[in-house]
Amino acid sequence: MAFTWFQKNEEVKEGGQEKSTGFFNRLKKGLSKTRKVLSTDINDLFAGNRKIDDELLEELEELLITSDMGVRTTMDLIESISKKSSEISGADQLKKALKENILALLNSEKPCPQKITTGPLVIMVIGVNGVGKTTTIGKLAAKFVASGEKVIIAAADTFRAAAVEQLAIWAQRAGVEIVKHKDMSDPAAVAYDGIQAALARGADVVLVDTAGRLHTKKNLMEELKKIKRAISKKLPEAPHEILLVLDATTGQNALSQAELFNDALDVTGIALTKLDGTAKGGIVVSICSTLEIPLKYIGIGEKIEDLQEFDSVRFVNALL
Amino acid sequence: MGVIMFDNLSDRLDAVFKKLKGHGKLTEKNIEEGLKEVRMALLEADVHYKVVKKFVADIKERALGQEVMESLTPGQQVIKIVDQELTELMGGRLENLNLSGSHPASIMLVGLQGSGKTTTAGKLAVYLRKQGRKPYLVPADIYRPAAIDQLNKLGDQLGVPVFPSNPEIDPVKICQQARTTAHRELCDTLLIDTAGRLHIDEELMTELCRIKDAVKPSDILLVADAMTGQDAVNIAESFNNTLNIGGVILTKMDGDARGGAALSIKSVTDKPIKFIGVGEKLSDLEPFHPDRMSSRILGMGDVLTMIEKAQTIVDEKKAVELEKRLRKNEFTLEDFRDQMVQIRKMGSISELINMIPGMGKIKQLKNLEVDENEFIKIEAIINSMTPQERHQHTLIKGSRRKRIAKGSGTSVQDINNLLKNYTQVVKMMKKINKGGMRELGQGMLPF
Repeated sequence: MAFTWFQKNEEVKEGGQEKSTGFFNRLKKGLSKTRKVLSTDINDLFAGNRKIDDELLEELEELLITSDMGVRTTMDLIESISKKSSEISGADQLKKALKENILALLNSEKPCPQKITTGPLVIMVIGVNGVGKTTTIGKLAAKFVASGEKVIIAAADTFRAAAVEQLAIWAQRAGVEIVKHKDMSDPAAVAYDGIQAALARGADVVLVDTAGRLHTKKNLMEELKKIKRAISKKLPEAPHEILLVLDATTGQNALSQAELFNDALDVTGIALTKLDGTAKGGIVVSICSTLEIPLKYIGIGEKIEDLQEFDSVRFVNALL
Repeated sequence: MGVIMFDNLSDRLDAVFKKLKGHGKLTEKNIEEGLKEVRMALLEADVHYKVVKKFVADIKERALGQEVMESLTPGQQVIKIVDQELTELMGGRLENLNLSGSHPASIMLVGLQGSGKTTTAGKLAVYLRKQGRKPYLVPADIYRPAAIDQLNKLGDQLGVPVFPSNPEIDPVKICQQARTTAHRELCDTLLIDTAGRLHIDEELMTELCRIKDAVKPSDILLVADAMTGQDAVNIAESFNNTLNIGGVILTKMDGDARGGAALSIKSVTDKPIKFIGVGEKLSDLEPFHPDRMSSRILGMGDVLTMIEKAQTIVDEKKAVELEKRLRKNEFTLEDFRDQMVQIRKMGSISELINMIPGMGKIKQLKNLEVDENEFIKIEAIINSMTPQERHQHTLIKGSRRKRIAKGSGTSVQDINNLLKNYTQVVKMMKKINKGGMRELGQGMLPF
């Protein structure tokens, strides 16, 4: 469902920005594939002017659940819709009602991350294995470089084989410096050195990559805390942002991930990756509302520029 | 794990049926109410909406039969039926890798980005080597930065040869060349690590077909993340339709995902789940057990895995020896320490607790931090004793306790506690000796 949004987004931007044609073409190509797979759409639900009855609500339920919205959120949404069923007579009104409800869930934002008084902006990137942390860092680096910032990447995933090599290639693509140690060295030390290097070289942004870990592994979560402490030791107000990367393909377990990472580290933002497939990533709605963590970025492809800043109003406008 | 709303399905069903106690026999409506809970549990476990719908309809027929209606514990009865059906749906028996056909045999690993193909390739190499085969790792992912490096490093770690790929070569060519070089390396099984790709990426899906045509693999395995949500059906269906896969490997099963994707994948592809990935180490690959997966999806814990874990870790020889000594009431502080070490080998206590049905869900236990340091302390204390002291604990009086405390960096109080616990265990042992050792199983003490 998220894809409807990109398409609308496209229409807005396409006219004005010449240089982005390549990007939007790619996006469009991805979208047309996605469209074929999407079987239901809210407009289909209302083909032939249907009334809001049990059958229709069940179809709506299917639509919401198959987007990974989760049983509870789906039930809540449906309940509030069926309460208003006398006022709703068509697709437009149903959409409007749903939009309002989902927007309310998405918009519970935590206060902005800490203000920076001295030194660089430090973003620590965390998440379970294979969600796309390294790739997200590569894309973030490119984004900051494009806006004229000097970026340093700290390769603190010292565990996974060739993680540093992978990150080094992204750093090269984005044209930024990378601080690295040997494989299996202490990740906290790498992070510390990264901050030190950034201070010495006058960098504006430090991106700290960490090894993927399952949120249920106590000792590995402790390691993350240690990395965070090491960063604060060098720069007391850092890290300014703890960015949790979630995979849109993940189902209800994303909530457990967000909860446990948040308990350990106080997550300040979420990046939702792999939205260029057929998964809708609906679980972020529950995560944003229950944990009050804002969704900040979405990943929509493999290219370096395929990371977008998230805008909830646009998202919901297009969600349905 | 439905952290917010769900306790274990068993409890919820009991609650539904408890309300009905004293109302005589269960009606169809009552059963439906119970099935609603089953439906919710499955959806929360990420089983696909349509799969759940069909499953619940099937269950209803069985549940409406006599067995539930007349049962005194209808909740348990419903669970039993659900559990049986789930187990059956996920494949009755274990299915192994298919290694038949042309020589050398080839296994293709396919899947989305980040599902764990490369790590799984390393794990399969370890598994195959244990089976007496000679695996050959083939990095065919030329797209992800450093993916080839990653497999090379794993090969180095394991001492398994890796085909010298480079990102300039077409993946189909890589696989073809690897078949010839495998002979030279005296290898008999190719493990082809393909690039992660979206199932809707036509270009890359075609590439997989080309590799398949070129190497004629004996098995094609879809590597899927156990945490996958509703999209699992789309992913599995696309990969299966394109490649006619031979089976599935479910990764990241060591997390707390209920793993409903297993059921979704199985029901849309009808292909067996062959292995599960259960940890970060390259030996952490296990055969798939449908019955255990069923309990997990239903949120009922995984006792069997725990028992099996205990069995593989306990050293048989030591156990027999210990049993002999126990019979003679010769359980020393050294044995006490060894037992402790064996328990710790099974994993962290909190992990073990999570495998016990219901336990993982109990709130008090969730926050309970078993202090693993306590074990380290005990070990240190016993290590600081002289051999005589370890064999005859009554020797340990005041000044010896002080010395041991100093040597192990603990306090006299800690020593006192340990000795108290130890004497209790010895007492218990004596009692059991009278009753028979066999009940203790493989020499594990009920600490």
